[in-house]
Amino acid sequence: MAKETGTSAEDKKVLIEVNNLKQYFNIRNNLGEKASVKAVDDVTFNIYKGETLGLVGESGSGKTTLGRSILRVYDPTSGQIKFSGVDITKFQKGKLLPYRKKMQYIFQDPYASLDPRMTVSDIVGEALDIHKLATSKKDRADKIRELLKLVGLNTEHSSRYPHEFSGGQRQRIGIARAIAVEPEFIVCDEPVSALDVSIRAQIINTLEEMQERLNLTYLFISHDLGVVRHTCDRVGVMYLGHIVELVESEELYRNPLHPYTQALLTAIPEPDPEIAKKRNRIILKGEIPSPVNPPSGCKFRTRCPYAKDICAKQVPEFKDYGNGHYVACHFTGKL
Amino acid sequence: MSKELLKINDLKVSFFTPAGEVKAVNGVSYTLEPGKVLGIVGESGSGKSVSSYSIMGLIDKPGKMVGGSITFDGKDVSAMKKAERQNFSGNEVAMIFQDPMTCLNPVFTIGNQIAESLYHKYGKISKEEIKKRSIELLSLVGINEPEKRLSQYPHEFSGGMRQRAMIAMALAGAPKLLIADEPTTALDVTIQAQILELLKDIQKKTGMAIVLITHDLGIVADMADDVIVMYGGKIVEQGTVYSIFHNPCHPYTKGLIRSLPDLNRKGEKLVPIKGNPIDLLNLPKGCAFAPRCENCLKVCINHMPAEHVGEDGHRTACWLYDRRANNNAEVKKNG
Repeated sequence: MAKETGTSAEDKKVLIEVNNLKQYFNIRNNLGEKASVKAVDDVTFNIYKGETLGLVGESGSGKTTLGRSILRVYDPTSGQIKFSGVDITKFQKGKLLPYRKKMQYIFQDPYASLDPRMTVSDIVGEALDIHKLATSKKDRADKIRELLKLVGLNTEHSSRYPHEFSGGQRQRIGIARAIAVEPEFIVCDEPVSALDVSIRAQIINTLEEMQERLNLTYLFISHDLGVVRHTCDRVGVMYLGHIVELVESEELYRNPLHPYTQALLTAIPEPDPEIAKKRNRIILKGEIPSPVNPPSGCKFRTRCPYAKDICAKQVPEFKDYGNGHYVACHFTGKL
Repeated sequence: MSKELLKINDLKVSFFTPAGEVKAVNGVSYTLEPGKVLGIVGESGSGKSVSSYSIMGLIDKPGKMVGGSITFDGKDVSAMKKAERQNFSGNEVAMIFQDPMTCLNPVFTIGNQIAESLYHKYGKISKEEIKKRSIELLSLVGINEPEKRLSQYPHEFSGGMRQRAMIAMALAGAPKLLIADEPTTALDVTIQAQILELLKDIQKKTGMAIVLITHDLGIVADMADDVIVMYGGKIVEQGTVYSIFHNPCHPYTKGLIRSLPDLNRKGEKLVPIKGNPIDLLNLPKGCAFAPRCENCLKVCINHMPAEHVGEDGHRTACWLYDRRANNNAEVKKNG
């Protein structure tokens, strides 16, 4: 991934456009009153063709919901999602099917996301069947074999069941299933978080290889900032349903502008005792507030070390501070 | 060398399952000095948790300690009777676990659960005294409004708060050693940073020793004085945190450190460790890491390597550092 950066945003082709997307979920609170969880709250950004866009944030920040909304797993509350210029926000079943083929999902938990009663060839083949991509039984078997080989699995294993595989191998099955329908765009939702450290690098490399070979675009959701730094071209930082900062990944790590990003970056455990034992961490107070009752104004203000009066009154605008460095903070550049 | 607090000698723990004997810990020896932080790293199934559970006597059927000895502060832990053991656990050694929700009792208040630890330590103690001490403990671990919090139930606490409450319970017995088994794995990075700072802070104040079990090399680099790397139920390498990170000797440790994303190598492929995690039911005859090792020699397949002791007590269990193997070194190509 991480190709030549520095080209201006204009000469890249936009694959996915998200405008003012809101995704609320209706719930009842403790008293039985109606309330809504504002999982994604007014988010606007583009994903360019061939790039890997990272989404980082704590649990409950809405990164998974955002990924799923884009794939139209949910019906968005409001806003707009465009795929290659086509507005797919309101599409239903039949009309959506061709877009389902173009957009795929790789799940976090390779144990829960594979049906234990299906063989590997059925799991991968199901996608081919739904989209009628195989012309004959032999063609189907050939395609499955090719896919397994592509993701680095032994083709003789195609009649085995998921429990016979290790976590890393299962994640490869998940990848094979996703690329079976020749998608253009894949949401990778924490694809390596459930795996052992020694296996993570293998899966990341496989994902990168697939991207090169098949010209894929990734939305890479992760809470592991080290992995994101390695794999992503641009990174969006989410907090309580908002994207608070979005920029090329090198720039994000070199020059984080939002106070939340700054704290997040110093919280990453650094695998070098020399650095780890000497640096000063920015320790945030408290925890992420409930998305049912988010704070007024800037949502980060309750934990922000620099919060002033204006932060409670006014929602900071998410704007470009030069070279596509988007930040939502009243005091950007003044801290 | 000063007096040792904990000495584990050739510890062996097996689980007798219908499928056969699983040698979870297969000959582990180490010592820990008072006030030191020992990091134990390894992937799932490496035996890092089981080796520490046996200090607490938490190995249950079908598991059994089949060999070796554990000495704590001059006392033989493995030979303790039940009453002795009860007095020992909690007061001498305390433990905190990965998932604070499953370790707290959902039907008792936090105050109740801390009081239990205090009764355990002090026996006859007045209610006022318990309340006073509980409040002290909760403030020590950084919980606001401790008086109000005492009468709340675990479900009213967030993940980070629960882990703080767990730490408070562990500290109630004023232990000399705290075993922390993946204490922050279930938490978000910003909360993880809070808990790690808290542990450091408490360790400074009380001078207790900590055994920190984790799979995250970043956390080890930050917290530990000494590091043990485990693989397949054995210690493959141990040394000070600086020598492990700056001068790793065992191919597994080298592989782990190399497979981490590195800022200076962005854009390059990650270098993963090949192969799959080992199957503990079918341990190889020789070195457990041999099937995945890129420097595997002929001797590695069939013979267990001896420990090589280098500078400042840096120990490595690998044939590469054995003169006998190197005299007629013949590198076997690993398929």
